[in-house]
Amino acid sequence: MTGPLLEVRDLCVEFPTRHGALRALDGVSFDIAPGEILGIVGESGAGKSLAGAAIVGLLEPPGRVCGGRILFDGQRIDDLPPAAMRRLRGKQIGAIFQDPLTALDPLYSIGHQLVETLRTHLPLDAAQARERAIELLRRAGLPAAEARLGQYPHEFSGGMRQRVVIALALAGEPRLIIADEPTTALDVAVQAQVIQLLRGLTQESGASVMLITHDMGVIAETCDRVAVMYAGRVVEVGPVEAVIHHPAHPYTAALMASVPTLADAGGRLAQIEGALPRPDEIPAGCAFHPRCPKASQRCGQERPELALVLRTRAACWWPMVEGPAA
Amino acid sequence: MSARDAADGAGRADAGTAWVEARGLGRTFTLDTPWTDRLLRRTGARQVHAVDDVSFTIARGRTLALVGESGCGKSTLARLMVGLDVPTRGSAWLAGADVRATLGGAPDAARAMRRRMQMIFQDPFASLNPRWRIGDIVAEPLLEQGLILPAQAAERVAALLAAVGLRGADVRRFPHQFSGGQRQRISIARAISTRPEFLVCDEPTSSLDVSVQAQVLNLMVDLQRERALTCLFISHNLVVVRYVADDVGVMYLGRLVELAPKPEIFHAPRHPYTRMLLAAVPDPRARERPRAPVIGEMPDPLAPPAGCAFHPRCPHANARCRDERPALLPSGAVQVACHAVEEGRL
Amino acid sequence: MTLPTPGAATSPRARWRRLVASDLWHDFTRSPLPMLAAAIALLCLGGALFAPWLAPHDPFDLARLDLADSHLPPAWLADGRATYVLGTDDQGRDILSALLYGARISLTVGLCSVGLSVLMGVTAGLLAGFLGGVVDALLMRLCDVMLSFPPILVALFIDGVGRLLFPQARDLLAFAVLILALTLTDWVRYARMVRAATLVERHKEYVQAARLVGVSTWRLLRRHVLPNVLGPVLVLATIQVGQAIVTEATLSFLGVGVPPTNPSLGTLIRVGNDFLYAGEWWITLFPGIALVLIAMSVNLLGDWLRDALNPRLR
Repeated sequence: MTGPLLEVRDLCVEFPTRHGALRALDGVSFDIAPGEILGIVGESGAGKSLAGAAIVGLLEPPGRVCGGRILFDGQRIDDLPPAAMRRLRGKQIGAIFQDPLTALDPLYSIGHQLVETLRTHLPLDAAQARERAIELLRRAGLPAAEARLGQYPHEFSGGMRQRVVIALALAGEPRLIIADEPTTALDVAVQAQVIQLLRGLTQESGASVMLITHDMGVIAETCDRVAVMYAGRVVEVGPVEAVIHHPAHPYTAALMASVPTLADAGGRLAQIEGALPRPDEIPAGCAFHPRCPKASQRCGQERPELALVLRTRAACWWPMVEGPAA
Repeated sequence: MSARDAADGAGRADAGTAWVEARGLGRTFTLDTPWTDRLLRRTGARQVHAVDDVSFTIARGRTLALVGESGCGKSTLARLMVGLDVPTRGSAWLAGADVRATLGGAPDAARAMRRRMQMIFQDPFASLNPRWRIGDIVAEPLLEQGLILPAQAAERVAALLAAVGLRGADVRRFPHQFSGGQRQRISIARAISTRPEFLVCDEPTSSLDVSVQAQVLNLMVDLQRERALTCLFISHNLVVVRYVADDVGVMYLGRLVELAPKPEIFHAPRHPYTRMLLAAVPDPRARERPRAPVIGEMPDPLAPPAGCAFHPRCPHANARCRDERPALLPSGAVQVACHAVEEGRL
Repeated sequence: MTLPTPGAATSPRARWRRLVASDLWHDFTRSPLPMLAAAIALLCLGGALFAPWLAPHDPFDLARLDLADSHLPPAWLADGRATYVLGTDDQGRDILSALLYGARISLTVGLCSVGLSVLMGVTAGLLAGFLGGVVDALLMRLCDVMLSFPPILVALFIDGVGRLLFPQARDLLAFAVLILALTLTDWVRYARMVRAATLVERHKEYVQAARLVGVSTWRLLRRHVLPNVLGPVLVLATIQVGQAIVTEATLSFLGVGVPPTNPSLGTLIRVGNDFLYAGEWWITLFPGIALVLIAMSVNLLGDWLRDALNPRLR
């Protein structure tokens, strides 16, 4: 299998409002190779969930894709009719959402939902699907899987529900999984378990993962590559180790510096001045320039494109090229 | 009582008086079971011990952080400390007076007590009335407690907003026009408006983005230092607590399992649960990964394990742990509720 | 209580400007149906309000009525006369005037009963939702009892009791009875709605913050909780006005509503019904059309209001 599994090129998503169209995603481009875990990291409003939704074809109207291309396995999928998109979803592209409570239908048992998903995407009869479901639950780390088939979502804890959701996402044996903040609603201790599970299962099946999160810690321990988003644009992309320890974009560096860790002295947290721009107030040129300590006049006029800087690609006129950030 | 004296000792590094105190606080919630169930199936009234015999002290001007996962009772404890809820056992004390008794007693004393306490809540969306302008929201405590005249309100509010980094022109806007981080700042402005002496912060940064969290935490640390506030800081994130706390307490299923000064907790955690929490913390810049695996999940609070609540998940549990509930005992400068530590096995 | 801010305009013009610039107005001016409904509702309201000045004749001035003018068809038909645009009834009353006055009564009864229902229901709902316990149980059981009585039955019952107690003041009492009957059966839905919303709001942190500062329960309910639970109530009330008018018409039709000397739209329809088969269709049709117009326009407005206000209420 040559070439990337998923290619996103200059994706633009806008929301028409009475004040004109709001660009929520503005020229987003990245690739995911087969078997790779790509992290999409950014703060609220950066557009990362929108990117995931656009790829899976679940953009909520009035939002719409207004530019760019999405290619899955070489075929364009952003202009597919809804029926074809539905077939693609679940079978080739699986999705895991943030809130496990709402991802599962509370009125049906876990077993029912699993079997239904399996039989929709794979040619199995009821008994085979049931066996498969038990196996999936077991691989998802749920003890006493067979007994659990008849239970309902509310009888599970948050962490277990998320495991079931992961099992459901993997049921159709998809080649790409979009995971939108899968651990945010979980406790720290349970997060570690779920992340390990996700990583293990996808490595086994060879699926690629697009992991959307705001938690850099999760990115660091799960992903192969990471794309940093800010105000609807990708500002840096590269191997995880390079982006975290040698960021080239000032935003990435500032973001890393503001993450509380056990390693530093525990005095004052480094903070970024100002606030994330609202979608209707995105500055001209580089979106980050009002908050950037290195901004120059060019930054306010011309928008930088992603360009290779050492080991990562960063969209910055003055990338940081020497040494690791604080 | 030796445990309480020991609590006094561990809660301060210097010889300050116990300004804020929790004495054997307990809060039990009884769930409604239909009488048919109770009759036919003989299920007793189900109870959740959200807070179970918690004692600690905070010296004046210091910050105690309480850490634990969701469901461990820390929010309930926060409400008990400011009198928003009535304890089923024990009592909360502020400046030598029983909080609940004072609030329910003479109006003057109650008002004086209320003026000393304030709270910052977790959800920036639900903690501000969506129908009120933020100028009114920030001014409400001042006006309600009769600390200023309505005519002076505008000026005071402008000063408070400036103190938290918001513009004076924002006074007429509504909460939904602000971001989560800005809303927390408004909450902070409201909380410090009456110049309280005791501030309870219930997970104030949990719903905020990383960079916003940094701003808000820095702001809170600055304000606390400027105004010499005594703080109770509740969080599920052990790492965040490092930047704001002087002492740290760890809670599990409503019980306090460890209470220690900050350096001790992070460099020499005693209780197995504390160690587990620390090991589970994600550190993006740590070179060694993955994190240590965490065993099991929080048990159902309706059916807590017998003996030590943590024993099903503890690698060091023995028979005694299954039968006997450990008491919070001093171990050096630290208090730990663990048989293994007491017996010297850890 | 809002703080005065230096420079902020609170004049009516500034407020109007803000309204026109708001999303609500924008939605409204782009939806033809609500605009039409609002226009019709305003027309009806205006007509009813200014009836004494708009009506070409006074239909209740017995001295001016001329039996010779009775049974006249509308002006555009053969026997019609220009002064009686919509014709006259059996007593020589001008239909148009009777319509305007009748609409007045219908709208008064509708608005009064809904206003009282809202007052009763919201208060009950707030108390039940916030205080819980015995208060909640009592109020909700009361609601259950009230719900088992249809309004017509209640009206008949109260009417009978009223007639028994005050045989001489029947006419005056008729209004009171009517409004009372409509109120008593309608307040329950507001109470339930507000109770549910209060149950949600009472656990929210802004309520806790206010309690912490020492705000009394009554002020909490009035100033903090009430504004947040009122939204759906307003929408329902708008629709209920239409419903109340129709119910009143039904009651008047049955003879239990307003006295015939001061006919509402329902009475007019009833009176006109007797003449339908005689071929004098105008006596019943025009009041009927008026009733339908009022009820429909108010309903449509209420529908639109619900959709328009919902996302902004969150």
